[in-house]
Amino acid sequence: MSSGVAVDLENLWIRFGDFVAVRDANVAINGGDFFSFLGPSGCGKTTILRSVSGFLEPSEGTVRIGGRDMAGIGPNKRPTALIFQNLALFPLMKVWENISFSMEVAGVSAGERRKRADELLDMIALEGQGDKMPSELSGGQKQRVAIARALCANPDVLLLDEPLSALDLKLRQHMRTELREIQQRVGITFIYITHDQGEALTMSDNVAVMKGGVIDQIDTGHDIYDHPATPFVASFVGETNVFRGKISRIDGNQALISTNRSGDLLARITPTQVGKMSVGDDAMMFIRPEALQLGEADASAKTTISAGTVNEEFEGNSFSVFLEGDGGKSIKMSVPNVGQDNISVRGKDLSLHYDANNAIMMPAGELASD
Amino acid sequence: MSSATIVRVALGAYLLIFFSYLLGPLVVMSLTAFNSAAFPSVSPWACFSFEWFRVLYDDKHIREGIYYSIIIGVGTVILSVSMGLAASIVLTQIWPRLRSTYYTLIIAPILIPGVVLGISTLVFWDRVGKFLGATDGSFLHDLFHNGIFLTILGQSAFIASYAMLVFVARLQRFDPGLTEAALDLGASHTQAFRKILLPFMRPAIASASVLAFLASFENYNTTTFTIIDYKTLTTVLAQKVRLGINPSISSLAFIIIVLTIFAALAFEASQRNRQRKEAIKQGKQKSGSKGFLPSFMRGNPAAILFVLLACVVIVMISVANSYSAKECKVRVREARQIEIQQRIDALKKARAAKELANPGQSQAPATGDKPANAPSGAFGNVFDPNNLTDETQEKETPGGSGAFGNVFDPTNLNNDE
Ligand SMILES: Nc1ncnc2c1ncn2[C@@H]1O[C@H](COP(=O)(O)OP(=O)(O)OP(=O)(O)O)[C@@H](O)[C@H]1O
Ligand SMILES: [Mg+2]
Repeated sequence: MSSGVAVDLENLWIRFGDFVAVRDANVAINGGDFFSFLGPSGCGKTTILRSVSGFLEPSEGTVRIGGRDMAGIGPNKRPTALIFQNLALFPLMKVWENISFSMEVAGVSAGERRKRADELLDMIALEGQGDKMPSELSGGQKQRVAIARALCANPDVLLLDEPLSALDLKLRQHMRTELREIQQRVGITFIYITHDQGEALTMSDNVAVMKGGVIDQIDTGHDIYDHPATPFVASFVGETNVFRGKISRIDGNQALISTNRSGDLLARITPTQVGKMSVGDDAMMFIRPEALQLGEADASAKTTISAGTVNEEFEGNSFSVFLEGDGGKSIKMSVPNVGQDNISVRGKDLSLHYDANNAIMMPAGELASD
Repeated sequence: MSSATIVRVALGAYLLIFFSYLLGPLVVMSLTAFNSAAFPSVSPWACFSFEWFRVLYDDKHIREGIYYSIIIGVGTVILSVSMGLAASIVLTQIWPRLRSTYYTLIIAPILIPGVVLGISTLVFWDRVGKFLGATDGSFLHDLFHNGIFLTILGQSAFIASYAMLVFVARLQRFDPGLTEAALDLGASHTQAFRKILLPFMRPAIASASVLAFLASFENYNTTTFTIIDYKTLTTVLAQKVRLGINPSISSLAFIIIVLTIFAALAFEASQRNRQRKEAIKQGKQKSGSKGFLPSFMRGNPAAILFVLLACVVIVMISVANSYSAKECKVRVREARQIEIQQRIDALKKARAAKELANPGQSQAPATGDKPANAPSGAFGNVFDPNNLTDETQEKETPGGSGAFGNVFDPTNLNNDE
């Protein structure tokens, strides 16, 4: 990748009194990467970011930026710029003064600051709006001003704390692309925080999925989606169907789970658990709705699920069919809408099958509650 | 009559009573400033006159008092606003567990009687001087026994708490994220304070300054102990009231009232003007010209009142320069003298009659206290409330004996011209 500055978190613990907000985090972020922390609200994402930007001293462990230990270095001395969850634009300064604030405190003359601010305004497509007050901007414009203000400080690492959460869907999608473009243009390390998995998956080189102060998995977006390491990651990222049961057979990297309602089902063991599971363990199997198909498989394949349909929903590009599952939870199947008539299946018993490679087996654990 | 009407009438009556209770004394006092009568009064109206403003202007003590009041006010504003600001910022930074204790501690001076503050300031700085080994005549000794220095410190002790309350209210709306953002962008703590927090606090600093100045200007309890050999307006007035009151104090009150209304209207007018401009900016209101008023007065009753009041004052000042109450006063005095002569005659007659009837008694209660209200120029200020105790004394006073203190009243001279 490019020559950006790497960020490393080593055995990082952050406590507030007795409360542990971050538990033994180990993260290595390559220079020039777009790295995301993904997790539900309150899981400690902002806390990690604040320890990187210097507002919080870790209780234990080390933060390194570009290989340098940051202990004892204040936020104004670190080569980072933070885009706050609420943007924190200075309400009493004009837009251009906001953008060039980092130059003002460095003692740069007003003329030069104005010039640089205008360049950045061009970059964020707000040319000629430098003399407005922040309160006169729309949400998306404020967003871009906050980004320009952070970039104006020429940081080695840009930290973004859910910057898009306040925007409506259309604008959010637009800003995603724009952020990614900016990142590729300036080539610095971006650390991005979000609880929106779509955001994390589309923009990031690497994603860390967090839960309750613990990092469950660090991987590319693709690997997180296809090879989740824990039940939490599997259920938090994307939609999935869960089957609980006990392992009844293990066959290399495949295992058979016996469930109450759907009988024995075969699935691939998630990479990190291969060789660690044994017969009789409580386990969970996950299949994505789009991995299920109508029709029966070979009986010996153990990849057929039979159940009565409960409901179906039309979602534009697909139909969702819901079947009776375990414990009152329904099984969701997604059928692409390719122009065929509504497959009216309500009330019928259906048989579905899947490819054992698309189903994932792992030891039972906590799920993301949704 | 429906119950709604009754409620409305009752409410109107209540408001009327309420506002007359609030403003009545001010109106009466303002009127007395324009009555040439020597004792502040309205009902036996003598002459419309501006002479009390002249008297006020010529009064050296009051002028000096105002001068020192302003100096002390400015000093108190500087000291108490900076202390209050510091205290309020500490409040936001301090450990949450200590916060309420700190808060109680820091607003305690408001609850302490001003008298106690005054005395303790005096004693404390005297001790400090002793402790530092300041000998008589040394600079430190003089400083710690200087009325202005001590009064500024004494007043700031509690005015700083008022200022802090103003700041705390504003600080609660401050987003500490802004300071963090400034630090994150490379600002030092000083720069973050100067460029982010201070501009945000500016409106609060302005209102705290006004508050502090007014509180200092009107303070008496503390000042009376700490002022030592200096004087402020309040101490001068207190002394005057003790020695006998005259309408020049009413005229001072009138000026203060007018200035207050002026300031309030000007502030209100500028606020409304700003709001109106903002509304226009946001396109909520048409800026099209309607009516004949200049734009800043449109839809702005405060501005209209302000301009009217300014006109009234200008007219008043020009009238004061040309109008003279001399003729009127001569007339009133003549009328008064005739009346008094008649009374004296009547009195003499009555006494003669009484003495005839009852030779043992020399006093005639028939006079009543009528003369006390007679604001005749000839009698000057002698009939102030303290003097109304004894009939016999009253008879002796026309000479203005030193015992009653009014001889030094400059008004005596003026009245007799
Ligand atoms: N200053 C603090 N004192 C005590 N607890 C704190 C403090 N800051 C954060 N926490 C706690 O740490 C946990 C993680 O907070 P954090 O702000 O990192 O969450 P987050 O993942 O950013 O959530 P969100 O998505 O809602 O912003 C929360 O349970 C929070 O209550
Ligand atoms: Mg957060």
